[in-house]
Amino acid sequence: MELDRPAPVEDLFARLAAQTPALDAYRGSLLIAVNEEYGRWDTLVSDGDELAFFPPVSGGRP
Amino acid sequence: MIEIVHSPIDQKRVVEAVSSPAAGAVVTFDGTIRNHARGKSVTHLFYQAYAPMAVKELEKIQSEALRRWPLQEVAVVHRLGRMEIGESSVFIAVSAAHRRDAFEACRFVIDTLKTTVPIWKKEFYEDGEVWIEGSAG
Repeated sequence: MELDRPAPVEDLFARLAAQTPALDAYRGSLLIAVNEEYGRWDTLVSDGDELAFFPPVSGGRP
Repeated sequence: MIEIVHSPIDQKRVVEAVSSPAAGAVVTFDGTIRNHARGKSVTHLFYQAYAPMAVKELEKIQSEALRRWPLQEVAVVHRLGRMEIGESSVFIAVSAAHRRDAFEACRFVIDTLKTTVPIWKKEFYEDGEVWIEGSAG
């Protein structure tokens, strides 16, 4: 997606969820990465940044 | 040494990467594919990663271990793709002058890896398959 100005992750997720409503169900458990670093819902994303959402990692009992 | 590979891990090479004349201990952790989970028989596993970020996160864990303990070297190799029962999905080697530091750091590396590195596993059973989410065991 294209951005005129930096926007928080939560706004961009809302745009994705508007196109794909099924995404909303995962909102509570998703992890966020901006440019391959962990981010938060209020992290600002600029045009050209790489934004990724993914589920919790593989875990395993110690 | 921090690597993501798509073929069997060469464990000897990982151990060699941390060997040092100053080391009095090399501790290794070999994460192997288990034949059962959640009361079901597992036939095989599939590991997938957000690879560029996984390498960055592994490098952070390596740096943090080297900062916290007086170590010689830390090496981590994680394999992706399909793996059979008994195969290694991850292999860690830590060298230090003294064994206590090497043991503690090795445990820190695997425990942290499991919570911060974007790698996911899918378990395959006789009757189905499921992606495993964090800390589910």
